[in-house]
Amino acid sequence: MAETVLMRNFSRTDSHSLAAYRGAGGYAAWEKAKAMEPASITDEVKKSNLRGLGGAGFPTGMKWSFIPKAHTGPVYLVVNADEGEPGTFKDRYLLERDPHALVEGMLITARAIRSALGFVYIRGEYVEPWRRFSAAVKEAYDAGLLGNGFDVVVHRGAGAYICGEETGLLSSLEGKKGWPKIKPPFPAIKGAFGQPTIVNNVETLCCVPPIIARGAAWFAGLGTKTQGGTRMYSVSGRVRKPGVYETSVSITLRQLIELAGGVGGTGRLKAVVPGGGSAAILTADEIDVVMDVDGCKNAGTMIGSAGVIVMDESVSIPEALLVLARFYAHESCGQCTPCRESTGWIEKMVHRIVEGHGRKDDLDTILDVAKRGGGTTICAFYDGAIGPYISYIEKFRPEFEALCPP
Amino acid sequence: MTIARVEFSPEQLTEVRRLQGLYPDKRGALLPVLQMAQDTFGYISLEAEAYVAGLFGLSPAHVHEVVTFYTLYFREPKGRHVVAVCHNLSCHLAGAQEILRYLEARLGVRRGETTEDGRITLQAVECLCACEAAPMAQVDDRYELNLTPRKVDRILEGLR
Repeated sequence: MAETVLMRNFSRTDSHSLAAYRGAGGYAAWEKAKAMEPASITDEVKKSNLRGLGGAGFPTGMKWSFIPKAHTGPVYLVVNADEGEPGTFKDRYLLERDPHALVEGMLITARAIRSALGFVYIRGEYVEPWRRFSAAVKEAYDAGLLGNGFDVVVHRGAGAYICGEETGLLSSLEGKKGWPKIKPPFPAIKGAFGQPTIVNNVETLCCVPPIIARGAAWFAGLGTKTQGGTRMYSVSGRVRKPGVYETSVSITLRQLIELAGGVGGTGRLKAVVPGGGSAAILTADEIDVVMDVDGCKNAGTMIGSAGVIVMDESVSIPEALLVLARFYAHESCGQCTPCRESTGWIEKMVHRIVEGHGRKDDLDTILDVAKRGGGTTICAFYDGAIGPYISYIEKFRPEFEALCPP
Repeated sequence: MTIARVEFSPEQLTEVRRLQGLYPDKRGALLPVLQMAQDTFGYISLEAEAYVAGLFGLSPAHVHEVVTFYTLYFREPKGRHVVAVCHNLSCHLAGAQEILRYLEARLGVRRGETTEDGRITLQAVECLCACEAAPMAQVDDRYELNLTPRKVDRILEGLR
């Protein structure tokens, strides 16, 4: 395994406590950042090639620089801890095992974007991560780290996948149903409560203290040409050792599966989801892809949240698609017609195919409906849904056809 | 569970005002206050929605559209315990449907229902993000990992 950056403290006793974090050199990056100009913090993060690790892969420093320079009112920092992408569990580990890394990342980021108030939106189901993180916030207040120019509000969600979408999250934070908002304006211009807001994922912000402590060049050098650092890959499904693995973003999917003990089940690989449920599926002969943002994009899929789900030869691809089709139909927020209608319709079609009552033209209808809806909705939810619809059917069509009566 | 009066205690009202003060617009506290309402009254009835709406100066309709949007709010009485089994992809690959069917048989209810004695509400839910330990379920506040029928038996014994 490459250098451990994000999980460096996980094996320490009481790694979630302030004492353990300080004992491992924690908050030294914050001391250093306090002596830096906000713009130089942003520059350093830009040069590190850190890209958002929640799903979209947007360059983090560039996002920060979108806050209008002339703005004199409040600026908010919002942490997206609404982890919910199928196959992803890395933020849960960070919140439970190294919550102070997030607090420190928030402090440094808040200085860079001149924010005095941050919100941490934790999914409602994450009770233990919420307790751990809240305890860390309290420790940070007691130690005077928080409350001296930067305050943190911990906010719990109430169960809705769409709130992981950044504008849906902001609607929810404002006490509304989690309907995404049309962009532009982007949150950096008009976000939470109508003010400029930066929304960053937990893992992304946890990269910030090491970048400040050890320098952008070091971080950039850990990764590929267009993405710096390591990241935490969540590996599940049919592998021998499922778990979270931190490694350079230059690793290939083949190497990552080996790292997780190799293919489980029958031992013969059939397919892999490389970046969470919404990523297009890869076949067994497509796994030499480099697991960074651009490597996956070039392979026609996405790294997304780096949730890797492995399927061996015994897995039914139509059944796997039905699970996801049901998920998208359930989680569509209902705001945009193409998404609301298509997710429900496609679930019904995949369902009858799996039940053995598929019609001959169902597969083409699904592909047609999926492709027509792409790019027509307010947020990326539906674009995420069509990744699996299209790729599962196009790459494993005979398996679907075999289920349809002649 | 029947509730005599849908009303917070004076201490709870102080907490409502504290929560409202944390946000630039007090409406930001609506989700946490609805959680408080559910913890206090057992579930969020239309009466509770109207009561909470009054605390925020909102119309009951605005609160209703929030309550109906999220999965963690119960709009009718739930069991004393909630067993929510993940049935998304990684758990599906690890046998989530077998676990669900086992629970349905043991409890004599289908997913989405509550046992007659009001002990347990059984749910099938989307990804809870503990896929490394599939199949798994959330039992009240706890994540129960790597489920097997035997482990399910042990968990059920602990739910009174």
